[in-house]
Amino acid sequence: MQALVLGGFVVSGVAPWLHRLMGGRAALLLALWPAAILAWLLGQWSGVVAGEALVSEWAWMPALDVSLTFRLDGLALLFALLIVGIGGLVLVYAGGYLRGHSQLPRFLVLFLVFMTAMLGLVLADNLVALFVFWELTGLSSYLLIGFRHTDPLARQAARQALLITTGGGLALLVGLILLAQAGDSWSLATLVTRGDTLRAHPLYPCLLAGILLGAFTKSAQFPFQFWLPNAMVAPTPVSAYLHSATLVKAGIYLMARLHPALGGSVAWTLTLVLVGGVTLVLGAVMALRQTNLKLMLAHSTVMALGVMTLLLGVGTRTALTACLVFLVAHAFYKGALFLVAGILDVSTGTLDITAMGGLRHALPGTALVAALAALSLAGLPPTLGFVAKEQVWATLLTSDPWGGVALAALVPAAGLMVAVAAIVAVRPFFGPPVATPRAPRSRPSSLLLGAAPLATLSLLAGLGPGVLDGLLSAALSAIGAPGEAPHLALWHGFGWPLALSLGGLLLGWLAFRHWDRLRGWLEVGLAPWVARGPEVWHAALGWRTLQLAEWQTRWLQNGHLRSYLAIILMSWIGLVGQALVVHHGLPGWPSSGIQAFEGMVAGLMAVAAVTACLVRSRLAAVAALGSMGFAIALTFVLFSAPDLAITQLLVETLTVVLLALVLFRLPHFTRLSSFRQRWRDLGIAGLAGGLVTALMLAVLDGERLPRISDWMVSQGQPLGHGRNLVNVILVDIRALDTLGEVFVLALAATGVYAMLCLRAEESSWSSPAP
Amino acid sequence: MVKSGTLILGVAAQLLLPLQLLFSVFLLLRGHDTPGGGFIAGLVAAGGFALYLFAHGRRALTALLRIAPRDMVGLGLLLGVASTLPAWWRGEPFFTAQWWTLPPFGVALSTPLLFDLGVYLVVLGALLTAITALVEIDQDDVPS
Repeated sequence: MQALVLGGFVVSGVAPWLHRLMGGRAALLLALWPAAILAWLLGQWSGVVAGEALVSEWAWMPALDVSLTFRLDGLALLFALLIVGIGGLVLVYAGGYLRGHSQLPRFLVLFLVFMTAMLGLVLADNLVALFVFWELTGLSSYLLIGFRHTDPLARQAARQALLITTGGGLALLVGLILLAQAGDSWSLATLVTRGDTLRAHPLYPCLLAGILLGAFTKSAQFPFQFWLPNAMVAPTPVSAYLHSATLVKAGIYLMARLHPALGGSVAWTLTLVLVGGVTLVLGAVMALRQTNLKLMLAHSTVMALGVMTLLLGVGTRTALTACLVFLVAHAFYKGALFLVAGILDVSTGTLDITAMGGLRHALPGTALVAALAALSLAGLPPTLGFVAKEQVWATLLTSDPWGGVALAALVPAAGLMVAVAAIVAVRPFFGPPVATPRAPRSRPSSLLLGAAPLATLSLLAGLGPGVLDGLLSAALSAIGAPGEAPHLALWHGFGWPLALSLGGLLLGWLAFRHWDRLRGWLEVGLAPWVARGPEVWHAALGWRTLQLAEWQTRWLQNGHLRSYLAIILMSWIGLVGQALVVHHGLPGWPSSGIQAFEGMVAGLMAVAAVTACLVRSRLAAVAALGSMGFAIALTFVLFSAPDLAITQLLVETLTVVLLALVLFRLPHFTRLSSFRQRWRDLGIAGLAGGLVTALMLAVLDGERLPRISDWMVSQGQPLGHGRNLVNVILVDIRALDTLGEVFVLALAATGVYAMLCLRAEESSWSSPAP
Repeated sequence: MVKSGTLILGVAAQLLLPLQLLFSVFLLLRGHDTPGGGFIAGLVAAGGFALYLFAHGRRALTALLRIAPRDMVGLGLLLGVASTLPAWWRGEPFFTAQWWTLPPFGVALSTPLLFDLGVYLVVLGALLTAITALVEIDQDDVPS
């Protein structure tokens, strides 16, 4: 299973090469990959439906209990089928939609990376692996939203989506870590069996908040819903696949998956029902406010996500069933409708519904697909949308105490969805023809080839919803609601559900008839609310953060080496000094006396240091520093550390060489600091020196501390094969440190080179060529 | 200011450079048992090349080196990272030192030695990069 999932990354790697070889048709060939996974998944259908989860283990970092174990149970199979099935169709569609686009290879790579990450997300059993895939989907979504990167609007929308979803991702990470601690396992399969322990755990509120924040941001729940409509600047295949069928369902998936572990508590139910309710009403109202087809669909997606969240909050077995059926239905019809929007866009050059009309003659196939998908969106028979809606009504009518609240929000919202469906399916295709920016003409057949199957599935699954029974039953037992297989049917007879549907239909019909007036009214009435909505909070937060960053950069990174040194030293003194005093106490003076020559070397150093500070010539200061260095080397010699002494001498020598090269280019040696600043700096320097002395004394009298050098000395010869312990430490025992230092050195050299050569280039620009 | 042009320094640099390089390799190889090692050896070699640079100028040094100091840094890093890999190959923890004795002459070869060679190249390359970059801007100012 790992090969099947991770192979997607390899396939995405060869995509550009394939594109160079065969041009736009590469998309068709690449669609074989999801098709192959789809075939394999269908092969597993019977086993999974029978209740056997397919587990494929792979230890990733066993020492950290992180594994790349994939687990294909009912819920995972349901999502995986949607991901690769719709993924393949959208890939075919994208090949036509972006035909001739110079960036098509980049699109293919990103699209396949996203699909693979999404697949990994729903299959992963380990929390860490799940999080990695979660962030990968966010990252590839960012790149896909910003696909038209020359458009500032696209960049802004991409950044907004990235900030919100990764911000939520951080909360999710915290939540997952707490979850693993509370449940004492990193495996989802284990965690879902420990629901009672988890809900009683003191960390429960914190981990729930973190996980729900992650899920809400990803699934565009209030108050984070605004990134999804803004993300519509992405190419339409991306909107269809990421922002309606898969990516935004990741949050729903996570909540469903963790339902047996976390669900059922008052906090869970209250949060999900309230947030879902607000989101769905908001989405439905905002949808009718739009004239842009994609924006309208995006807001209706927000509404659908709200419904799913609400149903997960209600959490009864029938509610979960309704949630899953609605999820499948939504993926089919919304994917199809987005693809239709894309066809309309490339055919007519506009997405404004009010600027279209009578297109059924020019685009008959598209009109049919739109009508089928819209039937499902409106929840009319004989489509899966109708089945889902009946299921939702039946659930909410029987569940107390939330059913009433939910119905009060959902029935009007469903009515508005009927209006949206009617607008989407009727306005562009019927009525008198309207002149569009481009004369409508039919488009590559691959566009319709991608859209038609989704609409057809809506219809077929509606006619025979029983095919889903087995899969739903397996998915339900995966999310903690095992039991008799649900029996889906198109016709449930007369009853309250049907009455509610009819009521919604009537409301929708009214809204559709008076849409133009309604829209104007909503536009004016909601404007002050939109101007104070969460999107504005987000913008203000971003702006404040930038201000803070600017302020602290000005303060900390002011470009003066002396203030950097002062800040570094002061933090060091504060932190290390505190640790020394608290954990060790101030050390006493060593009892052993000081030899005369040691005193002389120390005196030499002190004189050199004072001289370097006082002299008024740079050369003299350099010379004083040099003698200081040689005195240090002398100390190393006295205490028999030849390696250090040699290094110190060589470094001093090469410092002279470097100084000789730069000395003439430096500005005049002036005093930049005032008298008071010099006293302050003396204080800081004195404290730092005193602290180093105290540290050395603490090390000397710290015979209590275990000495690591004895172990190193004993191991140098047998294990390190070397008698020079300094070198054995450098290249063997602490080789990783050395490797890091070597990289730092290389970085410094690159920095010097870049700085000097850039300066050289500047000067050659400013002066005429010789 | 870079090229001194005095005969004594020029000849001395010619004679000293091979000796210094030889000494640096000596320091590198003996480093594991007696004072020395890649870092020190790299510093010694850099000192030798710096002397040559002062005596004969930048062009002569470039001609002598043949590879750019920056590439030396890259090569050193590559060697350093490469020395971490053999342990992985044998299923031991990352960076575990590996020791081999090549059969014909009993030459000891090890990943620490390889790593030390990488350190040597990085130190030498980094210093030469800095020195030549400083010299370069001098030459831009005074076209010869």
